[in-house]
Amino acid sequence: MKNTFKLLSALFIFGAITFSSCKKDPDEVTTPTPLPNTGSLMLHFENMVGDSALVFNTKSYVNANNDTFNITTLKYYISNIVLSNSSGLTYKENYSYHLIDASDTSTCELNLTGVPLGNYNHISFMIGVDSAKNVSGAQSGALDPANGMFWDWNSGYIMSKFEGVSPQSIAANHVVLFHIGGFSGTNNVLKTVNPIFPSGVVASVTASVTPEIHFKADLAEWFTAPANTAFSVLNTIHMPGANAKKIADNYVDAFSIEHIHN
Amino acid sequence: MKKYKFILFTLLSAIYIIALNSCDVDPVIKNELPANDIHLVIPNGWPYPHYNFTGNVLTKDGFILGRKLFYDPQLSRNNTISCGSCHQHFAAFSHLDHKVSHGIDGKLGNRNAPALFNLNWQTNFMWDGGVNNIEVQPLGPISNPVEMDQSIVNAVNKIQNDVSYSKLFKDAFGAEKVTSQLILKALAQFMGMLVSSNSKYDLYKQGLATLNASELNGLNIFLAKCNTCHTAPLFTNFQYKNNGLDTVYKDPGRGRITLLEADSGTFKVPSLRNVALTRPYMHDGRFNTLSQVLDHYVSGVKNSTTLSSELIGGVILSPLEKLDIISFLNTLSDNTFIHDARFNDPFAP
Repeated sequence: MKNTFKLLSALFIFGAITFSSCKKDPDEVTTPTPLPNTGSLMLHFENMVGDSALVFNTKSYVNANNDTFNITTLKYYISNIVLSNSSGLTYKENYSYHLIDASDTSTCELNLTGVPLGNYNHISFMIGVDSAKNVSGAQSGALDPANGMFWDWNSGYIMSKFEGVSPQSIAANHVVLFHIGGFSGTNNVLKTVNPIFPSGVVASVTASVTPEIHFKADLAEWFTAPANTAFSVLNTIHMPGANAKKIADNYVDAFSIEHIHN
Repeated sequence: MKKYKFILFTLLSAIYIIALNSCDVDPVIKNELPANDIHLVIPNGWPYPHYNFTGNVLTKDGFILGRKLFYDPQLSRNNTISCGSCHQHFAAFSHLDHKVSHGIDGKLGNRNAPALFNLNWQTNFMWDGGVNNIEVQPLGPISNPVEMDQSIVNAVNKIQNDVSYSKLFKDAFGAEKVTSQLILKALAQFMGMLVSSNSKYDLYKQGLATLNASELNGLNIFLAKCNTCHTAPLFTNFQYKNNGLDTVYKDPGRGRITLLEADSGTFKVPSLRNVALTRPYMHDGRFNTLSQVLDHYVSGVKNSTTLSSELIGGVILSPLEKLDIISFLNTLSDNTFIHDARFNDPFAP
């Protein structure tokens, strides 16, 4: 008799557990275990126009061609980040894909983890998404096509995107729309850059200190050298090709190291 | 007393079993469709497929989820158009008798909806080859304003909020959260399983069927005059060709993607498997019958700078040879494929 009650209670508990488990499993929380002898390093991207802070919509800027413009959108991919130093220490970020949205400061700070302890004086990264990830099917996270940075009719990522308004633009509503992409052959806009560290300065990753490298990302560079951009002539780019390449050739020198905190 | 307890015990057990099973019930799909043998078969003599579900392990649950998504009109802005609307199973997943796609709000597309089968052997998709991976192909029609007209963000939200999908995503991918990646991977599993390799021609090649005199003659003429582009066993060479439809191109085709003058006016060479089931023909659906298509190749080819060299001066075929080729093309229809219940619409009553 007592046994029957015990059995019943057990059944209730078992049932309750099983029943609730079919509704929702506890979310898996995986905390990465830091490897021994590694630390972290932060990259900050400060989006600017020349020497002015970048302000969306309300502030007017002037490009190298003396065209006036306001900014409504600025997004770009940073990928394949590599740190190294002169004594052969190298760190390559694992699954290194980041979408920077200048209107969302949380996306402008990249936290690199698992960095071997040491002093670094060289960094390189790609502006855009490497060709492999452009041909490898459905991606997630920063590369999710839902981020609006993927061309569905001509597969490939929009590596960088500037949208704004300029009275000089002859497009409808004076819009300037530069969607820069293309990853293969003559249409390749991918740029790997290595902004130079200030002389004698290193980023020193220690067990207790996370150094911060501050980059200036200068939108003005999109529109100047080697080719000054006149918005009356070039105002709409939404496919790979010569015009996209022209802008990418311009912005290859948009990134410079402002300072480093250790 | 003991007996009473036993009855209570049994009763409670029964209630629990019912309660447990109730979370399996799918409120939308009433008919259980089969999902047997979900693995990719490479037919004898075929090349290795380009897409072999690398990074997207093909499973029965993934296939079932992909099938539901393929036929779900929620992927369109106003819940009226599904992938299956323009890709009908009975027409080898083409849009029978529709020159161009009929999309949302009765809007017309620019091009003929292609048949869907043997997609894992294709390297690029769409008539212009602009899409480079089967997994990202659905992004185009979902967001195209004249097809399904829905942002991928909205599509993901709708599917996330539809509780009938919760278990399907869990079973297929162990996922609570719906993402575009999982939707696309599931769709790729369904689409990749659409293999058509059981036509009368295939049975003939295996020694299991005979072709009559007309079909056999048609096959021989085909091999001599058509096989360069429509290469057996897949009946396409996967290239882009200008087949002389126009002198001035309204649609630049492949040229829109590559921006190369040499590609202007070229379109993907379509497979001719199931061709008798997939009228109308050409990228704009301008020909209604196979006879019209052959007439074009014999006497309608128009000259232009990018015209395929094989077609300069047209293809020489007698009226009888045309009939024999059509007899042969009919042997490429795969009735097993168009009646395969695994590929049916799960929402159909």
